[in-house]
Amino acid sequence: MSETTSMIKGRNPLRAATSGVRDRWAAAPGWQRWIVYAVLFVLALLLPSDSLAPIMSPYSDWASVLFFPIGTFVVLAIGLNVVVGQAGLLDLGYVAFFAIGGYSMALLGTKLGLNFWEILIAGVILSAVSGVVLGAPTLRLRGDYLAIVTLGFGEIVRQTAENTDAIGGPRGIAGIPHPPSIDGVEIFGVQIFHYGVLDPRPYYYLLVVVATAIIILVKRWEKSRVGRAWAAIREDEDAAEVMGVPTFKFKLLAFAIGASIGGAMGVVWAGKTISINPNDFLFMLSATILAAVVLGGSGNIPGVILGAFLVAWLPERFRGLSDYRILAFGAALVVLMIFRPEGILPSRRRKAELEEGTGGMGSMGAEVPGTEAQPVSEGASK
Amino acid sequence: MFDNLLGSFWPYTIDGLILGAIYGLVALGYTMVYGVLRLINFAHSEVFMIGTMAAAFVVMTMGITQPLTGFALVGGLLLMVLAGGLASAGSAALLERIAYRPLRKRGASRLAALISAIGASLFLQELFALVIIPHVFNRPQQGRNQMGVARIMQKDVLFTIGGAQIRIDQVIIFAASILMMILLDLLVNRTKIGRAIRATSQDPETAVLMGVDIDKVVRATFLIGGLMAGVAGALFVLQFEVTKFSIGFLLGIKAFTAAVLGGIGNIRGALVGGMFLGLIENYGAGIFGSGWKDVIAFTVLVLVLMFRPTGILGESLQQARA
Repeated sequence: MSETTSMIKGRNPLRAATSGVRDRWAAAPGWQRWIVYAVLFVLALLLPSDSLAPIMSPYSDWASVLFFPIGTFVVLAIGLNVVVGQAGLLDLGYVAFFAIGGYSMALLGTKLGLNFWEILIAGVILSAVSGVVLGAPTLRLRGDYLAIVTLGFGEIVRQTAENTDAIGGPRGIAGIPHPPSIDGVEIFGVQIFHYGVLDPRPYYYLLVVVATAIIILVKRWEKSRVGRAWAAIREDEDAAEVMGVPTFKFKLLAFAIGASIGGAMGVVWAGKTISINPNDFLFMLSATILAAVVLGGSGNIPGVILGAFLVAWLPERFRGLSDYRILAFGAALVVLMIFRPEGILPSRRRKAELEEGTGGMGSMGAEVPGTEAQPVSEGASK
Repeated sequence: MFDNLLGSFWPYTIDGLILGAIYGLVALGYTMVYGVLRLINFAHSEVFMIGTMAAAFVVMTMGITQPLTGFALVGGLLLMVLAGGLASAGSAALLERIAYRPLRKRGASRLAALISAIGASLFLQELFALVIIPHVFNRPQQGRNQMGVARIMQKDVLFTIGGAQIRIDQVIIFAASILMMILLDLLVNRTKIGRAIRATSQDPETAVLMGVDIDKVVRATFLIGGLMAGVAGALFVLQFEVTKFSIGFLLGIKAFTAAVLGGIGNIRGALVGGMFLGLIENYGAGIFGSGWKDVIAFTVLVLVLMFRPTGILGESLQQARA
């Protein structure tokens, strides 16, 4: 590890600087970190302020934008990061779990009249189960086959919703209840627990709390035996298996956790939007979330949050150029993969893996080090 | 439930085979690139889309108002296929050069290549929706909508099989696909570049030692795959008379399914897989209703990968006889 670090430092002054900040962060005692976390949490709560709104979002309501797409994308990206970034499994149909959460909220709320909190639990369980049901037969496949199967699954879920009249067919479901309000709790003139139609801020606060809980859980997993098993699987599945890591079990766990985070976000999102339909869950959303994870730096939670923020916010901010934003987004993905495949803020470990060549996904065939005029990769010479 | 299918079994079969032929041609691009690079060329669906667009452009510039006949028709059809094939082959080669080769040179992961491919795919779709259809084709209304293409030939019924009317265009599509497949099979098995492709897919390192130029092989693979997708695009326009900026997305996934069904890397398998998928999809639509068509196709994909991941004929660009 230290060898890699010194190599990074030696190359580029900017990287050396960020590396210094990281060293200090890594050495900081626990209580200092908790202060930083607490400050970040408070800052997140203060984000929907009126003074930021004209700068951040001149075209639409800033607090609404913070809930969707920004906050929603951040949570989904954290969930997908468990699957893609930590366990190294490529999932192209992540939107399916978001859809399952959304439809749980819509169906259980309108048909059975359960309240939001009950449905949140039910939605998490349902999406985790669907993750296991999808994962159990398919996780034995090679990485890129898994990508296509998950892509197929995403489309199956969406089209099944579209073709089943019992759940609204293409029109979807309307009249989804909001979370139960607690009136009278007012801070700085905002009824923070009043989940109505007009003020999006209570929903945003709810989302921040849910997101914080998810981040804490994911971070704990990452540092635990589970996280180490995921890293081992990502780096070399066969070696991990030989060393006694039950790879299939841990891959399935990653899939279930990722799915339940997607499902939880689906429930929270549907609790605000009143009506949902199958076209809310297009493949494009899966691709966007995946792009957010990779753009930010897959495997690293701050990086993933930054990536999701950028992917969600930039198109909203530059709505004036809205026609060309997906065009630019596509081109940016290609350029980014060519020049910085590890993302904006990669985790050190992941970066080292990528410099060694494959980043846990296996490399392309027909790639023979040493046959080209230019050096093939830094990793090949080590 | 089954009455509908049994009542019009033959029409479903014919439609399935025609669609399957197109799937098969597109699947070739996936299968060959996968065989050589172990990479799912996600942007191949856009290569197909460009083929349909080029063919549509030919029909538009010819200013066809009523179906052609005789030599004009033969010339028009050839021009469509040629334009589609060349446009797709060119864009596939360009795609390889811009979006894949720099990554390959650095030994980047397959995940990075897949993201790059998704990016390229989005870029190409939007390029057509925003620039090419409204401005080059001069159809500003149809950037994001389905674009109708004039009928180039009279679709006469040639003969009937058990209640299914077989039209001349369907015969052309079927024959053209089989012909392309035979040509490709000859190319891969009988020519020098074909041998280089097979060698690279078996063992790239040894291939290099034996003097194979990998870059050339990869470029040739993309060119051939693109050519096939472009021909498929032209045939698609001939059959369905529509295209759209996003026409490649679903068709691309299904063509990939066909490639997996036939055994990825297996060139003959691609056609078999395509036909198989086309038939299943149409029979399924006959039983459950046409809304379930895509769901059936994807369910087949999942089931095949679960129970026979090597496909019907097995994976074997490598194992093809030397």
